Amino acid sequence: MEGWQQVPDVAIIGVGLHPFGRYPGKSALTMGAEAARLALADAGLAWPDVDFAVGGSFEIDQPDSVVAEVGLTGLPFTNVYNGCATAGSALALAAQQIRLGEHRIGLVLGLDKHETGAFTADPTDYACPEWYGEMGLFLTTKFFGMKINRYMHDHGITHQTLARVAAKAYANGAINPSAFRRKALTEEEILGSRMLNHPLTHYMFCSPDEGAAAVVVCDAAIAHQYSDSPVYLRSVVTRTRRYGAFEVHTPSAALEHVPAPTVEAARAAYEAAGIGPEDVQIAQLQDTDAGNEVMHMAEVGLCADGEQNELIAAGATTITGALPVNTDGGLIANGEPVGASGLRQVHELVTQMRGRAGDRQVPTTPRVGLAQLYGAPGVAAVSILTT
Amino acid sequence: MAGEAIAEGLFTWPSEQPQLIGGRCGACDAVSFPRRHGCPRCGSVAVTEQLLGREGTLWTWTSQGFAPKEPFNGTLTVGAETLPWFVGLVEIPGELRVEALLVGVTAETIEIGMPMHLVVVPWRVDEEGREVVTFAFAPGAAEQAVEDSGGVAAGA
Repeated sequence: MEGWQQVPDVAIIGVGLHPFGRYPGKSALTMGAEAARLALADAGLAWPDVDFAVGGSFEIDQPDSVVAEVGLTGLPFTNVYNGCATAGSALALAAQQIRLGEHRIGLVLGLDKHETGAFTADPTDYACPEWYGEMGLFLTTKFFGMKINRYMHDHGITHQTLARVAAKAYANGAINPSAFRRKALTEEEILGSRMLNHPLTHYMFCSPDEGAAAVVVCDAAIAHQYSDSPVYLRSVVTRTRRYGAFEVHTPSAALEHVPAPTVEAARAAYEAAGIGPEDVQIAQLQDTDAGNEVMHMAEVGLCADGEQNELIAAGATTITGALPVNTDGGLIANGEPVGASGLRQVHELVTQMRGRAGDRQVPTTPRVGLAQLYGAPGVAAVSILTT
Repeated sequence: MAGEAIAEGLFTWPSEQPQLIGGRCGACDAVSFPRRHGCPRCGSVAVTEQLLGREGTLWTWTSQGFAPKEPFNGTLTVGAETLPWFVGLVEIPGELRVEALLVGVTAETIEIGMPMHLVVVPWRVDEEGREVVTFAFAPGAAEQAVEDSGGVAAGA
């Protein structure tokens, strides 16, 4: 049976976003509370209507602290953290609780507030030795440079393609009132900016920032009581790296090669949804940098390795193209508050699939959307949504 | 060259022909680096020491155009003229690919597939004034380059 025809079990009935950016003096929890209120208002619900919540953050140990701001109702509130895939884990946990019949209405919340510059941490917390950090190797950006450089070597992806991806992100950000980076940049400006990790220049990278996003999920059987335009969460799958995958934060890699965790998460998500990559009409992919968007297009099955040059040159991934990718500007134009980033993707998919994206609305309202997350030390999440 | 290794159990040192210290799994035969208690392939704890080959080819690389934040503690960034430096993955035939700093290469000369060999290079001077050394890979075969370990910044 086609995924379209299966009876959905989990619905998204409200989304809220505290725009990502820089907010000196404003706490992550305050931004989280604002996103939660927006999502509740969108669903036509009040906080006491919510049976359970799941929160995700890197910087805030307990996102459940947000109840001090939105109301002390006594609900069960589970905190999750799974790196850049945090939102995928949070959504998966919420969907499972609904499928199990434990609860009917839940809030999924992501919030974060990072310092500027590339992320750092204690390498031993990521199963890496201390010397790896001392030698300056404990850097995600350097891994992404090495991964795309090899991918370009194997599949002929050009520097121009990378520049086009970044230029598209800034162009979409320029027409998205919520975006952090709202200035369009030319391919020349992008290629001419400082080389951070060859072949990735400064303007090809996203930056850590601040923000929050929230999603109200419910048992699909009651969705129409709250929304005339529910979007169904057909599947959400998370995966960690397998032996043989070339991954971030690894001092060595095996000669034998297996696919990246995104590939495995995508396969499982398609199978669970009864939907194939050919059905996807809009995608939000983890564009930590332009190279990642290019590789993730293939990793989630939206094209074959090497087809990206032609697809991107033809504008296929622009808002008016055949397969719009990162229509709100993605991570490059919005930055990455880690705990919230994946829920921004869901916010954008739902906004587009309800036809409410304003200037950046995809011309034919998409009915099938995919969101993908990837991060250290080799975690991925893929979600599939339909109307 | 004298100096203290950046970490114990990382490479054979002091040595005229240093080798990285990895592991080989007694259950599934997988080679791993650095040596860990468990095998990353099968989870067995029957891992014994295996010294890795000193030569390989460059599988991929990137440049490092900005100084990493802590816990980076090398002396490379004392002068901005040492940026960028180069990092890559060197494939040791029949064993695995090792991530490492690369010395003696420039943006013009570096190329996927080029032969590389292990070297030990000065890294920093510690609080007690001792020189600390670490491993890197340099272009060419091991025998043709005994005197090429002049520092990570060489050729950058």
